Amino acid sequence: MGIAGWVVLGVVALIVVWAIATYNRMIVLRNRIENAWSQVDVQLRRRYDLIPNLVETVKGYAAHERQTFEEVTKARQAGIDARTVQDQAQAENLITGALRRLFAVAEAYPQLRATENFTQLQEELAGTEGKIAYARQFYNDSVLGYHNLIQAFPARIVAGLGGFQPRDYFEIEEEAARGPIAVQF
Amino acid sequence: MGRPAEPISMFDEIAANRRRSYLLIIGIVLLIIGVVYVFGLYFDLGHWVLIPAVGFALALAWGSYYYSDQIVLGMSSAQPVVREEEPYLWNTVEGLAIAAGLPMPRPYLIEDSAPNAFATGRDPQHAAIAVTRGLLDKLNRAELEGVIGHEMAHVANFDIRFMTLVSVLVGTVVLLSDWMLRSLRYSRSRRSGGKGGNPLLLIGLVFVILSPIIAQLMKLALSRQREYLADATGARLTRYPEGLASALQKLTADTEPLEVANKATAHLYIINPLTEHRGRLNSLFSTHPPIEERVKRLRAM
Repeated sequence: MGIAGWVVLGVVALIVVWAIATYNRMIVLRNRIENAWSQVDVQLRRRYDLIPNLVETVKGYAAHERQTFEEVTKARQAGIDARTVQDQAQAENLITGALRRLFAVAEAYPQLRATENFTQLQEELAGTEGKIAYARQFYNDSVLGYHNLIQAFPARIVAGLGGFQPRDYFEIEEEAARGPIAVQF
Repeated sequence: MGRPAEPISMFDEIAANRRRSYLLIIGIVLLIIGVVYVFGLYFDLGHWVLIPAVGFALALAWGSYYYSDQIVLGMSSAQPVVREEEPYLWNTVEGLAIAAGLPMPRPYLIEDSAPNAFATGRDPQHAAIAVTRGLLDKLNRAELEGVIGHEMAHVANFDIRFMTLVSVLVGTVVLLSDWMLRSLRYSRSRRSGGKGGNPLLLIGLVFVILSPIIAQLMKLALSRQREYLADATGARLTRYPEGLASALQKLTADTEPLEVANKATAHLYIINPLTEHRGRLNSLFSTHPPIEERVKRLRAM
């Protein structure tokens, strides 16, 4: 085999190495997306865990506001039961609305607002809302990074062969759910 | 300098800053190669003695880098934050760590009323972010998030590791240059004439004398670049550049000196804690870029 043969072999070897490296990179980015999505779940669970405590605290001062409490509890259950992304988004709306009304109720009771328990819960809830937002942001950033790789040329050839599909961004459909819940007075 | 009129996205800013950092690093490495080359011109042998010298410098640097978090936190009298005592600070650090996809750095608090903050730690698994009591008291929530975002960016960009690497490179240049000049003086006293008279070697000599200064300037330029990069990355994390911009303006206006800071740790803080050094406009010798320029770039995003 002459020089030309060796050169061709060398080029082929380089291409193979590149293809493997690119494939592995796609795997890493795709796994990161999975991880990011489960991180969103973790924060959502946290919020669901905080809600009963909050309801109990407010009940201590405003026991008669039955409807509001039921609304919150139902919305929370909807969130926990949600299986598809659609259900999840719908539950989001319900929870947002219900929590808004709950805090509106609490506004009328200054003694409640002054208790340490309430302020702590308020802080934790606000923090969790922030973390949910950040987790969704990281999820979207991960999807963006992944798309940038699988759509660029020549990496898209590897993507096509390896069966890497594009992923959905997390988007909030409902206008009401876009804004943060006003938990500070 | 020609800054474009339309707003630059944070991602472009990040990419541009990274490019400049790489170029500067390449510059320092070339500087080292240059010094070694000139060294080789003067001495046909003896390259091997450089190895223990550089080895010693590397060992020192590695030790300081490995324990960087403990050293710096100790020097600054920083106390670990208890979650129940500072829930907002804790939640903010945790939230931004989630946004960056990093394990949460340990938050620390410095009891000083001068507002400032820094990040340390050799990698995200061993990172810590320290803020002063003054920062918590004087900034509003959006501004605090901006500052924590900037510090988180330093952790995410491995800036501590990066600047340690740069310090090692600079230290190597200084060592080499010093060694060579020393050997030159020694050898000249032994033999007369020798290689003197060759103009190329003379230029090489001037180059070697100047190399430590050039290396230091490059290191300071790199430090400023990484600050811009941390601003841009932090803005990408919070998606709210105005928070940091507003915080920087407030921080500069506060001229209270930070007692625990000194010249060795000053470069780590978000703005120069040695308030008497802050006034220099666009100084080549400054570790931090001018605040006006930082604010301008943030507001253009």
